[in-house]
Formats: sequence, structure tokens, C-alpha cells
Amino acid sequence: MELIINFISPVVALITAPLLFGIINKTKAFFAGRKGAPLFQAYYDLFKLMKKDRVVSGTTSSITKIAPTVIFASTIAATIFIPFVSCCSPLAFTGDFILLFYLLGLARFFLILYALDTGSSFEGMGASREAFLSALAEPVVFIVMLTLLRIDQTTSIQTAFGLYADKNWVITSLIIIPMFIVLLAENARIPFDDPNTHLELTMIHEVMILDASGPDLGIFEYAASIKLWLFSLIITKMIFPFQGLNIMTEVSVTVCLMFLIAVIIGIVESVMARCRFAKMPQLMYSAGVIAMIAFFLSISNIFTTMVAE
Amino acid sequence: MLNAVIIYILLLFGVGVLSLLPVKNKNGINRSGVVIALSAIGLLVFCILKVIQGSKLIEVIRYSWSFPIGQLTFGIDPVSCLFTVPLLILTAACALYGSKYFKSGHEPGISHWLNFALLSGGMMLVLIARNAVLFVIAWEIMSFASFLLVLTDSENEKVRRSALIYFITAHIGTAFLLLTFFLLAVPAGSFEFADFAKTDYSSLQANLIFISALLAFGMKAGFLPFHVWLPLAHPSAPSHVSGLMSGIMIKMGIYGIMRILMLLASYHEWWGILLIILGATSGIFGVLFATGQNEIKSLLAYCSVENIGIILLGMGIGIVGVSSGVPIIAVLGFSGALLHVINHAIFKSLLFLGAGSVIRQTGTGDINKLGGLIKKTPKTASLFLLASVAICGLPFFNGFVSEIMIYGAGVTGAVKGTGIWLPIIAAITVISLSAMGGLATACFTKVFGSVFLGIPREQFNTETVESPLPMCIGMGLPAIFILVIGLFSFVIIPLLFTPVKTLIPTSMHSSVVETFSSIAKFTQNFNIAIYIAAVIMIVSYIIFTLITRRKKCVRMETWGCGYTKPESSMQYTASSFAEPLTRVFDIPLDVDKKDEFSGELFPQQNWKLSSKVNDWVLNRIYIPFTKVIHSIMSGLHWVQCGKAGVYVVYIIATLFAFIIWMLLIWN
Repeated sequence: MELIINFISPVVALITAPLLFGIINKTKAFFAGRKGAPLFQAYYDLFKLMKKDRVVSGTTSSITKIAPTVIFASTIAATIFIPFVSCCSPLAFTGDFILLFYLLGLARFFLILYALDTGSSFEGMGASREAFLSALAEPVVFIVMLTLLRIDQTTSIQTAFGLYADKNWVITSLIIIPMFIVLLAENARIPFDDPNTHLELTMIHEVMILDASGPDLGIFEYAASIKLWLFSLIITKMIFPFQGLNIMTEVSVTVCLMFLIAVIIGIVESVMARCRFAKMPQLMYSAGVIAMIAFFLSISNIFTTMVAE
Repeated sequence: MLNAVIIYILLLFGVGVLSLLPVKNKNGINRSGVVIALSAIGLLVFCILKVIQGSKLIEVIRYSWSFPIGQLTFGIDPVSCLFTVPLLILTAACALYGSKYFKSGHEPGISHWLNFALLSGGMMLVLIARNAVLFVIAWEIMSFASFLLVLTDSENEKVRRSALIYFITAHIGTAFLLLTFFLLAVPAGSFEFADFAKTDYSSLQANLIFISALLAFGMKAGFLPFHVWLPLAHPSAPSHVSGLMSGIMIKMGIYGIMRILMLLASYHEWWGILLIILGATSGIFGVLFATGQNEIKSLLAYCSVENIGIILLGMGIGIVGVSSGVPIIAVLGFSGALLHVINHAIFKSLLFLGAGSVIRQTGTGDINKLGGLIKKTPKTASLFLLASVAICGLPFFNGFVSEIMIYGAGVTGAVKGTGIWLPIIAAITVISLSAMGGLATACFTKVFGSVFLGIPREQFNTETVESPLPMCIGMGLPAIFILVIGLFSFVIIPLLFTPVKTLIPTSMHSSVVETFSSIAKFTQNFNIAIYIAAVIMIVSYIIFTLITRRKKCVRMETWGCGYTKPESSMQYTASSFAEPLTRVFDIPLDVDKKDEFSGELFPQQNWKLSSKVNDWVLNRIYIPFTKVIHSIMSGLHWVQCGKAGVYVVYIIATLFAFIIWMLLIWN
């Protein structure tokens, strides 16, 4: 029965994830001096899309039928590994973060196939970029995770997030930067991808689902919002500063931090332009280098000796 | 059980010889394939029954043999038993597939099935040989039979060249194999493996033996920089042969390294570090090379290099775990490596068989020309998809299970390891594995997406249809194991503990046994997690289908910015799909770009752009090196003048030299 604790995250994600898009868009609207779409616009869109009929490309095959559900379900399944409230972690095992990111990898695999299924150049281009960027992002995430687990001296991310450990603030802030860069890359935000661009040639995520319509498009948008929600939760848990709070305070602090991350994404999108595709690897390498410095700091005992003194 | 294995080998050789008998129908020769498949399945079932009955896995039988230095010693232990499983599965699958692979008019040479039987039986003999001389003989049977199989289509010049390169590398490997056994046998004073195990080798001797064994078996295993023969030999051989070679023959190299490690019985830490470095480089470069390939079978061959890298990472971290005295790292690393041996054998053979079906049905293996086959050959496509997802190590399938065990060893080392070096080495393992994972996704979405999805990029002469039933069964057999290992790993992983224990020095056994329960707990928890994910997947599929059940579905053209006459040439090609990766990594990859753009503002002719990823290890290391050797050796041409009389003089001179030498010794 303890396993129920693992199902809190997916349920909360299903309910609140689209709200993050609303917050990002409100922030962007604020910076642009506009009023902006309502906070709950993403929900309205979802309902609208779910009611519509489908139009699919004539070249597609059974991949197009199964891919939307596989993508959605693996994204939602990935959320069970990050506890929303810190508590016991019944499902913890060595390297559970690997299953989390590999479930997202499964989603990506099918998203790429979905894109290639239409036989369009646009989709092919988006798929190629997605495969490329995520191949670069994968090692960065894993260095970040190793550092995080190294600080907490546990091999399971559920235990690491479920329990309060003495945070080393220097290292923690060093790994938040690469994790945030990965969040922007994996969720197709500026500077990696512009979700609002008008030209198919310049998109990554949006162009992969260019031929999706109706419920398919809806479920893709929903999955994308859950992925963003999951990454924000991971960063939130990495910086979560308090211990021994009662459950209500903890939930509200977590929610506030996640909203804050959405606001920061909105600010980044408002003040930056999309990066040239050829420059993106450099951004990813620098994220990797920062993460690696953090890892080296965590295995050297500079900080532990400082605390001892 | 050992007797059954010996009978099986004899049976295989017998079938091979019988296949030489003349048959009325030219295609009748391929019935030998079915017989080989059936006997392999028979032995597999027999062995599984024996193991369930609790028959002991360690057996040694000696036969008298009138061979001067060798002794006919056979033996079986948990590690060779473990390698037997994929060998039998693959023999069955590939033989069954091969029995229908050749179209009429393209029958193989008469000795094809004899060679096939020799290859499969030779590998089995390698696994049970417990005497150095017998081992070398078995090794040579295997190498030579596979060389002849690569030569099946010997009228093609490219095939002959690839086979020659394979032949040369295989024999460089054998030369080092002889050196390895020489180094082992001199201190032991015998060629028996049992005597090797009893001997205490000094640190220097052990290091020399390890290096020599790494060179010997590395040539067969095909990790960087010994991989050059793989991408040449695999595309040249018929697909069921490349499935068998890539699936299990290269694993004989891994088996050899493991066997030598077991004989040496004590590990040095730098061996593990060396294996990790070799594994990381061949893994990452292997998958990068693979992503750049345009020929489906050479792509798969490079991908084998990557997977050998993963196995080496597991073995390396296992050795590091042993030498730094952390049993859980050792157990996870070794069991991950062993399981990946089985897993890679299964999905790689399936991929090669699938690729073979594609080539057989369309007549081309060029990824840039194919497309849309999922509608024509749905069975092949879905099996190929299954194997592609599995080889990327994605959850629910077998690749994930072995990868997460190696990851587990790495994460434990990186997080809990003390000192500076253990965490760094373990982190290298984890990071390189994750890099391979990301790149493998790019590589296999490229293959599957361009071969099976979209529309054909070129028109084929013949109508493409699904492969005949025996070929589909041959592909289906590995597919079953992909699912079984992926979904029931809590049953499979405890089975690995016995072989793992034999790989770990006896001094650690007591502490190793204690870790088994915690690993069982780990397995159980990640199985629960996988089942939860599977349930979520099924539930959301049902819900989504219910929601969209009543919806209409209109099929229209793919969006082309309003252009309504899309053509197949407008699709993204596989080369362009891989372009960002080949561009970023163009320095290690040696990309050869041909751009025929005339430079005019309004080009009158078609603008052709093609790119090819070359193997720099072959082009910049091997070929210059052989050229140097060639120029030195060409000075000695006069020795081989081709006149019979001169050769007689050589013989007489040698005889005289020996007689004088003998006389000198006796005096």
C-alpha cells in the first residue's frame, strides 16, 4: 500500500501540468506589455482538441496510431519516480533515475518515429534535430544526477528527494545551472527552440507534430506539459530548502517553486532570442563542463574538510 | 549434459557432411538448415530440462587422443553454459531463416551448410574445450568456417576483399592466441586448463598474459581498434551468417577474455580501467560510425562494436569492483556484462535477419533508397522495431535490463566509492553508457524511420512482399526472448549469480553471496516499477481509444506548405537525418562529402550532394601500417622466385641446418 505515495506525482501532474504553460505565457505577455491569454488557456485548448476529429497524412502507418499513447504514457510513467511530497520511498532502487530518463527516451524514440512516419522533410528535419540535441543532453543529465546522488550519498533519486540531506550549496547551485539548460533543451524552449515561431524550418518540437491533429495533437501537448512539469519538479526538489515541514507547507512551497521556475522560463524567453542551431552544441558542452566541475568538487573532499574546520 | 553437447557437435558435423551428398532439387540442400535448427532446439530444451532437474553444471571429461601434445579434455562450467544458450538460440533461428533465404537461381555453393555446421559446432567446441591445443583447433575451425561463409558470394570482388581482410585479422588474432597459451603453458608445464588454474603466475606474467589475450580475443570481439573487419565482413556474408557471426561469434572473443581471467584468478585494477577505456571508446565511436553509415548491414556491424563496448564496460567495472573490494559493484558489473552477451546476441541477430529480409525483398541495402516497407512487410517491420527499441536499451525490453545492471555498478561506484579514482572511473562508465544510449536512439530511429516509414525513395524492380514463413519464424524466435528477458528479469537475473560467482576470485565469495539478496531486492523493485509503467501504458491506451473511438479519421496529403504533389525525393534522407551528428563529430569520423554544385546562380543540372563516413582506423592506421610492411617485405621478393628447383634447394638447406643443429645439441 505504501506504493500509493508513488502515484501522487502522476495525479498532480495530470491536473496541474498545463498550468505551467499558462504561467510562462502570462510572463511573456507581461514582458511584451500585453494582457496575454488566460492562465487556463492550455486546458481550454486540450478540451477543444479532444473533441475534434482527426486528419492524418496518407503516408502514415500503424506507428501513427500507437505513438501518441506510448509517448503520453511513458512521460506520465516517468513521473512516478519523483516524489511530490517527501516521505518514505518504497520503490527506491539503485539507479532508478535511469529508468526515469529511459522512459522519457522511449517517448522520444516514438516521437521521432511518429515524425518520420509522415515522410515529410519538415518532420524529418525536426526529428533529426531532436535526436541530435537529446543525444547531447543525455550525458549532461547523467553527470548532474551522479553529482546529486553523490552529495546525498544514496544511489536512488527517490531516496535522495524523499529525505532531507545536508545540502552543499556550492555544488547544488552548480548542478542547477546545467539542469536548467537541459530543461530548456528537452522541453523545446528558447534558446534551443522557439515554440511560437511561424516557420516550419526553424522549429524542433512543433515541427515533429506538424501533421498531428485533433486528439493526437492534444495528447502531444499534454505530454509536453507533463514533461516540463517533471523537469521543474526535479529542479525544485534539487533546491528544496526546508526540512520537517508539515505536509501543507511543503506542498505549497513546492508548488510556488515550480511556478517560479515557469516564471524564470518565461523571463528567459522574453529576453533572449533563439540560438543558432550550429551554436547549440556549445551551450550543451558548457552545461556539461559545469556539471563535471560540480562532480569533481563532490568527490574531492574540499568542502567536507571546510565543514570540519 | 556434457555428453549431450558432444553428441550435438558430432551430429552437426555429420549433418554438414551429409549436406554434401548430391540432391535432385537444387534448393533441397537448404533442408540441412532445418535439421541443424531442430537439433539446436533439441539440445536447448534438453539442457533447460537438465538444469531444472538440478543437474550440476560443472563437469569434465577426458578422452585419450593420439595427438602428440594435446589431450582431448572437454568440460563445462556455468560460464560456458551461459554462452551456450544464445549460441543454440541463434543457431536455430539463423539456420531456419537460412533454409529459405536463398532465392532459386541464387543457391549457395555446395559446401554452404557444411561450413555453417562447422561454424556453429566449432563455437560449441570452443566453449567446452579445456585444453589449449584443442581450444586452438576449435578456434581455427570457427574462424575458417566463418571465412568461407563470408565468401559465399565469392564472384563479387568486394566480398573477396572483405573476406581477405577478415582472414588476415582473424589470423593475427590466432597468432596472439598461440602466444597467450605459450605464456600460460610454460610456467604450468602443461596445456591443460586445469593446470593453468593451479599455477601461480607472477604479476609480470599475469600482465603479459592479459595483454596478449586482449589482443588475441580482441581481434575476434571487434572492439576499437580491432573492429576493421566487422563492417566489411558482415555486409558481405548472407544475412543468416552475419546474424550468427555478429550475434555470437564475436562473443567468443568476450568468452575468451573471461576464460583467461578465470584462469589467472586474481585481477589487477588497471585491467579493469583499461577495459573501461576500451569499452567507452569503442562504444561511443562504434555508435557514431554506425549513425553515419548508409548501408544497413554495415550500420548494424558498427553497432555491434558499440555493444561489445558495453560488455567491456561491464567487465571492466566488475574487475574494478573486485580489485577495490566492493562486491556489489563486481556482481552488478559482471552480471550486466554476461546478460548483455545474451541480449546483444538476441537482438543483433534479429536485426541482421530483418535487414536480410529487407535486402532479399527489395534487392538493396542502401538506407537512402528504401522507405515505406512497414506497409509491405508488416511482420518484418514490427520485429525490426522491437529489436531496435531493445538495442537502444529502452525499458520493457531486454537491453534495458543488462544496461541498468552495468549502470547500477557505475552509479554505486560513483556515489559510494571512496578515494578519487573509483568514483571517476565509475562515472566514466555511467556517462559513456548514457552517451551511447542517446546516440543509439538517433542511430536506430534513423534506420527504422528511413527503411520502414515514409514512402520508398526509389522504385524497386520487383513487387516487395513479406518474407516466407520459415524466415519469419527464424526472426520470431529471438523476439520471444527479447520480451521474456525484458519483462521477467526477476527470474532471469538470479540465474546469472552462479556464472558470476565463477568469475570472481574465491577469496571474495563469502561477501559476494551476501550481495545477492540486495541485488534480488533491486531487481524486484525495478520490475515493479516496470510493471507500473506498463499498466499506465495499457490504461492510457484504453482511455485514449475510448475517447477517440467515435472520431472520424480523414486521410490527407502530408503537409507541404500547400504544395499538393509531394514526391518521394522530397523526403528527408537518412544521410540528412544523421547530418547534425556527423557534422559535429566530423573530426573523429572522417566524413567524406561530395558536393557537385556548379556554383551558378540558376543551376541547369541536378545538384548532387553525397556524404560518406569513412573508417579512419582502417584508413589512417591499418592501411599505412600494412603499406610500410609491404615496402619492407618487397625487398625480399627474390626469395620467392617461383622455380621448383630453387624450392628443392631450400628444403635441402633447411634439412641440413636441422641436422647440424641436432648434432650440435647432442654433442
